[in-house]
Amino acid sequence: MDLKLDHHTEDGLTTVDVEGEIDVYTAPRLRELLIDLVNKGNFHLLVNMEKVDFLDSTGLGVLVGGLKRVRAHDGSLELVCTQERILKIFRITGLTKVFGIYASVEEAREAHGRDK
Amino acid sequence: MATVELTFSALPAHVRTARLVATAIARRTGVQESLLDEVRLAVGEACSRAVEAHRLHCPGEPIRIELNDDSGRFEVIVSDSAPSEELLDEDSSDDEPEQMIRLDGDTDTPFNLAPDSFMSGFGIAVITGLADDVEVYPGPKGMRIRMSWPAAAAANGLSPA
Repeated sequence: MDLKLDHHTEDGLTTVDVEGEIDVYTAPRLRELLIDLVNKGNFHLLVNMEKVDFLDSTGLGVLVGGLKRVRAHDGSLELVCTQERILKIFRITGLTKVFGIYASVEEAREAHGRDK
Repeated sequence: MATVELTFSALPAHVRTARLVATAIARRTGVQESLLDEVRLAVGEACSRAVEAHRLHCPGEPIRIELNDDSGRFEVIVSDSAPSEELLDEDSSDDEPEQMIRLDGDTDTPFNLAPDSFMSGFGIAVITGLADDVEVYPGPKGMRIRMSWPAAAAANGLSPA
């Protein structure tokens, strides 16, 4: 399955909806989107991974790169993910300590609103 | 001879094909359904690492995967032809014996392989965390990653895919 990307901004938080497989072939598209969003001044990003079927270390690298970029602007990059097979990759690599991971977009938005 | 051997050119698009083939054979070999995601991810990581290494060093050379279902285990060997970075740094010669590094699936194990890049090290970390039996053989003529998972011996290629 290919990668589908969509995004929208509400109350200063840009949600990036990702669907499909994030691997060495498709990850560059996600990287380009994150870079483009940051370049356009979107420094608070929420990547919704609920429809991601597959994520490998290339995808992790793109997310880490995105986090690095937004932090340079005092921004944030957080994730929505409840799929155990995806969460396992974050746990193996220790990245659960790096990313805020929420169970739903609504929960992440509430947390973002509290932090503003 | 391996049950299935696959070679593919060093293009990111082919990594997905390799993942799908490995997962299909793992299923047919009798690897538990709960482990198939791990097989898919680990094979994908090994192939992605190989593709990146080939694109840097030898883009025209193919990457090779061997899939075996002997002796009650499903074994995957991913071999590339790109000289390992850490061996290049040590100015090693071609006639040096191959060095084997065994990884025991301990996620706290530090990366004792100097990675080609940040992502290469990540990929090895993920493989190590997923497969309970992993061996990495970096060599001057390429790296070989062997990993295996328990399989139902009764299946042994006889059950339908």
